[in-house]
Amino acid sequence: MSSFWSWYITILSLANILACVWLIRWTEKKRPGESAAHETTGHSWDGLEEYNKPMPRWWLWLFYISIVFGLIYLALYPGLGSFKGLLGWSQYSAWAEEVESVEERVAPIFSRYAEMPIPELAEHEEAMRTGRRLFGNNCAVCHGADGGGRIGFPNIANNSWQWGGEPEEIRQSILEGRRGNMPALGGALGDDGVEEVAAYVMTLEGRDAPEDLVSQGQERFETQCAACHGPDGTGRQQLGAPDLTDGYWTYGGTLEAIKTSIREGRQGEMPAQEELLGEDRVHLLAAYVYSLSAHERDNEEEEPDSDE
Amino acid sequence: MESTIRYNENVVRQFALATVVWGVVGMGVGVLIAAQLIWPALNFDVPWLSYGRLRPLHTNAVIFAFGGSALFATSYWVVQRTCQTSLFLPRLASFTFWGWQTVIVLAAITLPLGITMSKEYAELEWPIALLIAVVWVSYAIVFFGTIVKRNVKHIYVANWFFGAFILTVAVLHIVNNLVIPVSLTKSYPIYAGAVDAMVQWWYGHNAVGFFLTAGFLGMMYYFIPKQVNRPIYSYRLSIVHFWALISIYMWAGPHHLQYTALPEWAQSLGMVFSLILLAPSWGGMINGIMTLSGAWHKLRTDPILKFLVVSLSFYGMATFEGPMMSIRTVNALSHYTDWTIGHVHAGALGWVAFISFGAIYALIPKLYGRESMHSIKAIELHFWISTIGVVLYIAAMWIAGVMQGLMWRAVNEDGTLTYTFIESLVATYPYYMVRLLGGILFFAGMLLMAWNVWMTTRAVKEEVPKPAAAQEA
Repeated sequence: MSSFWSWYITILSLANILACVWLIRWTEKKRPGESAAHETTGHSWDGLEEYNKPMPRWWLWLFYISIVFGLIYLALYPGLGSFKGLLGWSQYSAWAEEVESVEERVAPIFSRYAEMPIPELAEHEEAMRTGRRLFGNNCAVCHGADGGGRIGFPNIANNSWQWGGEPEEIRQSILEGRRGNMPALGGALGDDGVEEVAAYVMTLEGRDAPEDLVSQGQERFETQCAACHGPDGTGRQQLGAPDLTDGYWTYGGTLEAIKTSIREGRQGEMPAQEELLGEDRVHLLAAYVYSLSAHERDNEEEEPDSDE
Repeated sequence: MESTIRYNENVVRQFALATVVWGVVGMGVGVLIAAQLIWPALNFDVPWLSYGRLRPLHTNAVIFAFGGSALFATSYWVVQRTCQTSLFLPRLASFTFWGWQTVIVLAAITLPLGITMSKEYAELEWPIALLIAVVWVSYAIVFFGTIVKRNVKHIYVANWFFGAFILTVAVLHIVNNLVIPVSLTKSYPIYAGAVDAMVQWWYGHNAVGFFLTAGFLGMMYYFIPKQVNRPIYSYRLSIVHFWALISIYMWAGPHHLQYTALPEWAQSLGMVFSLILLAPSWGGMINGIMTLSGAWHKLRTDPILKFLVVSLSFYGMATFEGPMMSIRTVNALSHYTDWTIGHVHAGALGWVAFISFGAIYALIPKLYGRESMHSIKAIELHFWISTIGVVLYIAAMWIAGVMQGLMWRAVNEDGTLTYTFIESLVATYPYYMVRLLGGILFFAGMLLMAWNVWMTTRAVKEEVPKPAAAQEA
């Protein structure tokens, strides 16, 4: 703020407050020939009159006290132009100090957790209680309170992983974020092509589709899609290209949704959490996310070929 | 002399009836959205009925349609009576009625369609905002023109407040609506970032200060002394609290932006001026309530007076609560919680609606040449169910708000937040139910009033031919 504006606002603020004091004093003054307190002022409007009573004492005190309080506050805190106040208080430093003091207290807890391997940490009850709260306040808004996700936001409580479900891969996804890009193929494939590829994709998951479309679709899939999703459609986690055979669809598995994905493409972004939460908290969160799918992972290990 | 003045009562009648109609509509929408917060399915998957679009419809309908019509009706009545003259430019006055109703109808169409400037209490897009400006300037011309041609020497205190309200709202509305249109239904403010936020809340808080406070104080200064038939308590008090109120209020807006990117000096000024505002605000309450001294017994028998006087107690409560909530540390707890909603409704239901009910109940019989309203008992019942409604509403929101504030800031040993947002929402549901119940009671009272007004005005139409027939016979 330039010194002109600083003085401008300071003078204006104080003048308004002091004008109130003057207003009270001026109005309180007795004037020669005025009516007594129990009488009216002598004016009448539509039968309405006014007494000439003095202002209530207690009310004036209230007024004066609030003015004095206000002036003291403006001396102590930043309020009058660029004057910073005698206390040197600022919302920014107050916040920074609070964050720092909390961080000092809790950082050892998280650094202790960070030393434990993720699968082990995922079975640590107290750590998982903390992880659950971190998840609830940072991740649940997109992925859901139970990690079940919703259209456009992956389910991270099952064992279908777009970017890999190994502990280190999960940690990486949270720490640095992920950016998925399914290109729009509507132009390249044309309406019929989209229809055919969609039909073929349906069969990858084991669903039925008209055979003539499927055979056309398979050809197109091999030239247009297999580079990322693999010739068998099981995807490539290094590219974030989803497995199309496992029955889980981030953007919905209806024919319409699949066609939209092919025609218009999909752009997904998992924001990086490193700056917001720091490495140690991310480590704990990765363990928590890992624990969400523990049940499914165990089942699959027990019955590796349950489908057949 | 008085009997020879032909007051323009037609426009007052129109606005008085509009007050009742828009009261029913606005409060009805309020009840619906209160229910939607508990059962979101009540938007029936229709975009036009979604909470985000109906909420501004509710606020616009109750503040500008219901409250605005009440202010037009009473100010036109009061300025004529206390100036002992008829309205200046009666056809322009008639235009303000039709213009204002057009604005309301356009709001009721555009807001559900999602056409909005996204500024709270200033949502209406630029073509409607332009119409508001034209209507408002016309209102100012009619009002101040009437003051200029008055037949009494002094200007009555009610007119100071009405005048300040009309003049300031014009300035607020125009400055906050300086936008660059990009199409008929979309525009962007000429301000950006923190400046835009500051202009918006300078407008927003002074809309409370001048539309919802000064305007209704004008109403109070006429209808309370009229109803108790006693002189105003203190002329001196009215001078000090008027000038202090209008000058201090101007600074209070930044308290809506505590702990934001707004420069700290502006935040501090917002808080300090809000605190200094307490005494000037209470001046009006004291002057109104003390006017009853020596006539307290009338409160027992006159439900209209009950409305008028109880409105002042809610006014006193809300104007105490406001300064407290502007204090930085209190605001850190209360901001963004339902406490704010409770505070607003203590003012909107308890003060603004109650004083309007009282004034309209007092006006309707006079406007239709009747001794009194069709049913005094119904006014009494209206008073009690709406009082219970307001108390349930604000008590529920106080508790919910403080609870939310405490839950949001609760931190564990490990530095994580104790509760997620959704947990605070789940904990709020019981209070949303109580709030809904309070809202339903208040709405029921409004319906009762509509019936009572209908019966009062209908009776006139039926009775009118009779004396004429008798004369001929």
